[in-house]
Amino acid sequence: MFKKPKRKLYFLIFVLPTLAAFMIGFVYPFFQGIYLSFCKFRTTSDATFIGFDNYVKAFQNEGFLRAFWFTALFVIVSVILINVIAFAVAYVLTLGIRGSNIFRTVFFMPNLIGGIILGYIWQLIFNGILMNFDSNIALNATFGFWGLIILMCWQQAGYMMIIYIAGFQSVPADLYEAARIDGAGKGQLLRNVTLPMMMPSITICTFLTLTNSFKLFDQNLALTGGAPGVVSSSGSMIYQTEMLALNIYNTFYKNQNSRGVGQAEGVIFFLVVVVIALAQLYFTRKREVQQ
Amino acid sequence: MAKVKVKEKPVKKKQTLGMKILSVIFTIISIFYVIPVFVVLMDSFKTNAGISKSPFAFPTSETFSGLDSYITGMFYGNFPFWRTILCSFFITICGVVLILLCTSMCAWYLNRSNSIVCKIIYYFCIFSMVVPFQMVMFTLSKTADNLHLTTPWGILIIYLGFGAGLAVFMFSGFVKSIPIEIEEAADVDGAGPLKTFFGIVLPIMKPTFISVAILETMWIWNDYLLPYLILDKSYRTIPIHIQYLNGSYGHSDTSAIMALIVLSIIPIVIFYFACQKYIIEGVVAGAVKG
Repeated sequence: MFKKPKRKLYFLIFVLPTLAAFMIGFVYPFFQGIYLSFCKFRTTSDATFIGFDNYVKAFQNEGFLRAFWFTALFVIVSVILINVIAFAVAYVLTLGIRGSNIFRTVFFMPNLIGGIILGYIWQLIFNGILMNFDSNIALNATFGFWGLIILMCWQQAGYMMIIYIAGFQSVPADLYEAARIDGAGKGQLLRNVTLPMMMPSITICTFLTLTNSFKLFDQNLALTGGAPGVVSSSGSMIYQTEMLALNIYNTFYKNQNSRGVGQAEGVIFFLVVVVIALAQLYFTRKREVQQ
Repeated sequence: MAKVKVKEKPVKKKQTLGMKILSVIFTIISIFYVIPVFVVLMDSFKTNAGISKSPFAFPTSETFSGLDSYITGMFYGNFPFWRTILCSFFITICGVVLILLCTSMCAWYLNRSNSIVCKIIYYFCIFSMVVPFQMVMFTLSKTADNLHLTTPWGILIIYLGFGAGLAVFMFSGFVKSIPIEIEEAADVDGAGPLKTFFGIVLPIMKPTFISVAILETMWIWNDYLLPYLILDKSYRTIPIHIQYLNGSYGHSDTSAIMALIVLSIIPIVIFYFACQKYIIEGVVAGAVKG
């Protein structure tokens, strides 16, 4: 397609705009970010190299570790709940019950509303309910945790439902027929035909919910903002419902002296996301049936 | 994975008793599903006192404030909300158009040229999708500062760069499925790459264009942290505005915030009902390729 003499010209026309923006918007900040995680700095120009100090400090940072486990717990609960709910809803909606299209429209709607706005909508709802018990979502970490879970389910279940519905509809009908002729019951059909054929959709949905939950920021900031804060035994303030992304953000922008540590935490965060994503893809891909 | 499309079932199935019961249960769940949004809508017509006393009650003659909260909301603080809305619209529309044009051209070239540089660029684009924003947020905002990209015009370039990953990936998936013979025929007929792309490839890619447009629109319209860190403080998008108003937790004008939330949901709802079919197809396409 692209012949030698004019090849460079066409590269400039077709690729350069995106490539230049990609360099500015991703490649350069990414490598500079890795470099800065080994430095002490306040802005990008006053960085001095200090080796692995930031990483050591990051792993000693109570708030970061707390946020890490809080996020891990949140991810496990939300991934399971969202996928089970979405799978079940998608199953029911493909049975052909009356009003399926309206239900689908309604369940998908929250996805289009941004995280910040969702957070405030639910803050109003939760505080309205908790008011009757003289409490508030910012006062109790347990409420904050389950509040975030409910919010995430409300938002993400519809999205995953759409993917599962597409999955259900792509299962060839003759497979069911063949199984029925062989005398399979409804439960057996679901377990031995639908589930294996749905593995690609399940892979995608767990992958999406996993990374979405792990990187959650807007909803966390708007709903609880990390509150309540508790002073730990060593004297530092620990925010009970702060997830990783929010914790890193606060390490960065609340205290200028800890920016190196914040950057190191960012790199750790990135590595964790990559490892989880790869491991998850590997394990579920293994269980997929060849189509 | 096989190609998947969400299709309406044309055949009306006979409704058994079990299905009827499920219909009823799902109707009830659906009502609960929209209640949060409904409560916000209701509260936007109430006075602050009315909201803090009983957020779930219908407005009464005492607590009803009419459109007051909308009027204060529009002019709340030093930044009128209408400017924010314009800013959000500008960034979203221009950003999506820019991403669509540049990344589709880029993806086509990357796939049709076999050079090693193109392969590296392509894999880097895919890689960029996994990287969490917190890792690059500081260096990205400093880079944008240094290059003076802190205006609504400048941020478009950042969005093109940061959104390129998903877009290039999706377009590439589609380009691979276009038979190269069509383009070669055009080439023999003397059409250069530019003519071939805009005359032949671009029209074929229309479904992917719509999918990418939907996904990028949903992302940019709702994005908070990126514009917050990059945009100059004199510009705001809707999420930044709402977050700013709530910043002083407990001291803010709740009723006005509810009004602004309603105002910012309205464009989304219109968008949703206007292109629901495409949105759902876009989500499925994005997921299958992702």
